[in-house]
Amino acid sequence: MKTLKTAPPTAWFGMIVVALTMLTAIFAPLIAPHAETEIVGMQFLPWSAEHPLGTDNLGRDMLSRMIYGARNTVGLALLTTAMAFAAGSMLGMFAALRGGWVDQVLSRIIDVIMAVPPLILALMMLAIVGPSIPNMVAVIAFIYVAPVYRLARAAAMNVVRLDFIEAARLRGEGTFWLMRREVLPNISSTLIAEFGLRFCFVFLFIAALSFLGIGIQPPTADWGSMVKDNATLITFGDITPLIPAGAIALLTVAINFIVDWMLHRASGLKT
Amino acid sequence: MDTLLDMRGLRLEAGPKSDPTVILHGLDLQLKRGEVVGLVGESGAGKSSAGLAAMGVVRDGVRFAGGSVTFDGTELTSQSPRRLRKLLGRRMAYVAQSAAASFNPAHRVIDQVTEAPVLHGVMSRPEAEEDAIRLFRQMQLPDADRIGMRYPHQMSGGQLQRAMTGMAMACRPDLIVFDEPTTALDVTTQIEVLGAMRDIVERYDAAAIYITHDLAVVSQMADRIMVMRHGQEVETQPTRDMLATPREDYTRSLWSVRSLNRPARVEPRPALLECRDLSAGYGDVKVLHDVSVELPRGRTTTVVGESGSGKSTLAKVIAGLMPPMSGQVLWQGDPLPADYRARGRDLLHDVQMIYQMADTALNPRHTVRETLARPARFCRGLTGKALQSRVRDLMELIELSPDKFLDRRIPELSGGQKQRIGIARALAAEPRFVICDEVTSALDQLVAGGILRLLMRLQDELDLTYMFITHDLATVRAIADQVVIMQKGRVVEQGPRDRIFDAPQQDYTRRLLEAVPQMDPDWLSRVRAAS
Amino acid sequence: MSNVSKLILQRLILGVLTLFAVSALIFVGIELQPGDLAQQILGQSATPETLAAWRAELGLDLPAHLRYLDWLSGVAQGDLGNSLASRRPVADLLMSRLSNTMFLAAYAAIIAVPVAVALGLLAAMWRNSPFDRGVNVGALSAISMPEFFVAYVLILVFSIRLGWFPTLARIDEATSLGDAVYRCFLPALTLMLVVVAHMMRMTRAAIINVLASPYIEMARLKGVPRWRVILRHALPNAAAPIINVVALNLAYLIVGVVVVEAVFSYPGMGQLLVDAVSSRDLPVVQAVGLFFAATYVTLNVLADILSIMSNPRLRRG
Repeated sequence: MKTLKTAPPTAWFGMIVVALTMLTAIFAPLIAPHAETEIVGMQFLPWSAEHPLGTDNLGRDMLSRMIYGARNTVGLALLTTAMAFAAGSMLGMFAALRGGWVDQVLSRIIDVIMAVPPLILALMMLAIVGPSIPNMVAVIAFIYVAPVYRLARAAAMNVVRLDFIEAARLRGEGTFWLMRREVLPNISSTLIAEFGLRFCFVFLFIAALSFLGIGIQPPTADWGSMVKDNATLITFGDITPLIPAGAIALLTVAINFIVDWMLHRASGLKT
Repeated sequence: MDTLLDMRGLRLEAGPKSDPTVILHGLDLQLKRGEVVGLVGESGAGKSSAGLAAMGVVRDGVRFAGGSVTFDGTELTSQSPRRLRKLLGRRMAYVAQSAAASFNPAHRVIDQVTEAPVLHGVMSRPEAEEDAIRLFRQMQLPDADRIGMRYPHQMSGGQLQRAMTGMAMACRPDLIVFDEPTTALDVTTQIEVLGAMRDIVERYDAAAIYITHDLAVVSQMADRIMVMRHGQEVETQPTRDMLATPREDYTRSLWSVRSLNRPARVEPRPALLECRDLSAGYGDVKVLHDVSVELPRGRTTTVVGESGSGKSTLAKVIAGLMPPMSGQVLWQGDPLPADYRARGRDLLHDVQMIYQMADTALNPRHTVRETLARPARFCRGLTGKALQSRVRDLMELIELSPDKFLDRRIPELSGGQKQRIGIARALAAEPRFVICDEVTSALDQLVAGGILRLLMRLQDELDLTYMFITHDLATVRAIADQVVIMQKGRVVEQGPRDRIFDAPQQDYTRRLLEAVPQMDPDWLSRVRAAS
Repeated sequence: MSNVSKLILQRLILGVLTLFAVSALIFVGIELQPGDLAQQILGQSATPETLAAWRAELGLDLPAHLRYLDWLSGVAQGDLGNSLASRRPVADLLMSRLSNTMFLAAYAAIIAVPVAVALGLLAAMWRNSPFDRGVNVGALSAISMPEFFVAYVLILVFSIRLGWFPTLARIDEATSLGDAVYRCFLPALTLMLVVVAHMMRMTRAAIINVLASPYIEMARLKGVPRWRVILRHALPNAAAPIINVVALNLAYLIVGVVVVEAVFSYPGMGQLLVDAVSSRDLPVVQAVGLFFAATYVTLNVLADILSIMSNPRLRRG
């Protein structure tokens, strides 16, 4: 609690935005005036009392779709990041503790995955398996296992070098006990900060894919594809398509501010 | 009065202004021209901060919070950075502990040595180069004419330390601050560097502040010694008086380890562990050559050597962490599997290690209870009440109150307390053989003395066999029964402690013993005259 | 052979091996495709004759490793197969778009690199000053924004409201260089904003890291002025990490074009890839994917080599 008081305004801003987004996502059906895919009127209606943000290219209520979009886009990004983290950090710690050929083989595979730019790899894999929500989640989670693995391995390597690991090994402790009790508690703060950062990447990634028409598929409401669907309005000087794009930007900025503060605090504590 | 430096009531603070951490509590220090004063104290005493403050400098986050520092009539604490820079390097110079890190890896050594004189307009570039070579020669650097053309990574630690002293001397400053300049060096290198430093300070009649934790070293350099603790002066006396009649108990405790002397036990006992013709290395590089050592049961065998002697590698091979290329380790006469994973649980628990850095030897995320309970349960199968009472017994053994400490987290303990917990964790496995790897090197003298006494008591109570690795001969003299001297991966000499100290057979042993600084201001002159 | 050339050779070999691994990965990925590719692409209504023709054209009747070798040797000779959608050779589709993408990336890089390095340097020098904090908040925000958001904001301001630049960046062979620079200004600016933020943050971190070294403290204690500490003592040691940062971000820039091209309907490789993925035109996906991967790998290897060459300890080892 004491640490919260010392948080800079940027971090406060971040925490408030994240909290509001979470509430919107959880209570979406209660807040939204209309259903997610319900057609409520003409296409591209301007902003009005009845439709505060107007309607979209198919005549659905923009505001309701924004609210459901929070749930879909954020929820999927969270699920994807969690999957990547579970697999990546386990494998990373395992490689660091085992060393030798286990580490070599895992690390070389990860190197190859990381040698291809993530967006390109995702596009290629989606071209092969076909775009759909489960495919997209699986593909992105697979791709993001690689950076998480690298980070977890590097962080775990710093711990594995320490004498208390050697002491535990010399008394005959097994690898999984070492992972859970000796290594994980020492790298968890690094991993948590990284989770925030990776969530942003994944979130932007899903938004970008959806914007390109290869991510979350219609009629599911999602901020990335909402930008694409309504982009023509921009040429008439209407800022409506910027609202979902802005929401994406706002949430990522918010999380980045929080992570930046956490990292700053962690580095300050060390010295 | 010919006072060069006058520090009065100097107070340094760090952290928030509302709740500052005080680093110096009103320190007074006067220095005449040409005088050398030693600042002695343990880690955290504030001696390095005092040394920098004498040059008007504070580290990031630290600020002057009272008092004054007057250098040759100029007040430094309120000086603008521009004015201060005119003095720094020119009239005041600094020699740091780690020469390897303090030289810029991107430039040749001579370019760094000549930088200050050229920049301050004291000499032209060719003059400065010529002068640098003269200084290198005076610092007894080999190949003084050309060594400056090297990059820092192409020189050894001792050479860099000499070059840095030469660099400090480049503008012939009035004041030099030496901050632990020989701490990172091996003893045989230290004695040579110390000699060269003393000569050059005398030759140019510079005043100096010599900062160290080692009273024996500083008594070779200083006219006067100030002992510091917790950012305050404990006492100040001329060097000879300080050594002969220290007034404060704290000062006497600074040679705590030296005052410890347990008679060596010489009656023969069978070996618990034995190394036969061990060779080991990394890749093609051999770091152990045919090492044969016997460690008698219930005794302390100290393995002594400078950096690169292979003493830590030997410990690794014995512990089963590094496979030997050839040779064997015998446990009560039977060969021990080379890899610890191939050793049975009982054998693993019989051999335990205590480490140098208690900070990295204990998991900072655990409590004391967790740290001790795990090995007691895992190695000895204790559970429930038996486990809890065992943990309390272990705490009693290491003389820490169970009620007070068991539920603390590791980072809440002091260095000495951590080291005790490290010992207790090793004992939890109920070992018979304990490898102590430089266990007192990172500790202050007083604390180190306590740890050594504890280890001796535990040995008597539990009939433990110690393999004690150290580079510090004072520690060897204090506790060893048997001594093994190592150099460059080979055993130079081994035998009972008193024989090694009183009648060393090998040249290297003699040099090593001679190089240990004595609590005698004339020691350095005597040794140098003899050689 | 000297230490350095040995290390560089190692990196080169590693780079080539990685490329092979990547090409195999791309190929195997397509192999793993469940069911019959031709069937899936042509749909259920396809006649057996068309299916057989497709299979023969794709070489689906040969064993996998032969097809891989066949494909690789084709790639080496510039034969990338035919597009499934347009039936034209993939190589032809790539040619004009390749130079367009390179032009856009180079355009952004020429502005971004000096700006980012200068900002990073200044922020590190005046660490914790209002300038540093401002630049940091700005950079953090820029990193967090999706490229399409930045792009649409720029379009709204500069082309809709002010009317200074066109909304779309349409160019072809007939467009003059001056015209291309003008039309591509907004896409280049978008790319630049995102890359500058990353590059500036990494540059700042690299320099701050160097400034914490004991030799910097030593230089200050010698009375060396601030600017000289930075230029002579910090920069030579920060060069390696900075060069690395630049090369890494150029790699990022090449990939960043995908979204930007989509927003501005710019006829580049990114657009081609997105269209090919949507229509599942696998030969095109393979070729464009391989191109992006190869550029990325090359720049990363280049980053490694440059940082080896600028490390004084290695250079004169």
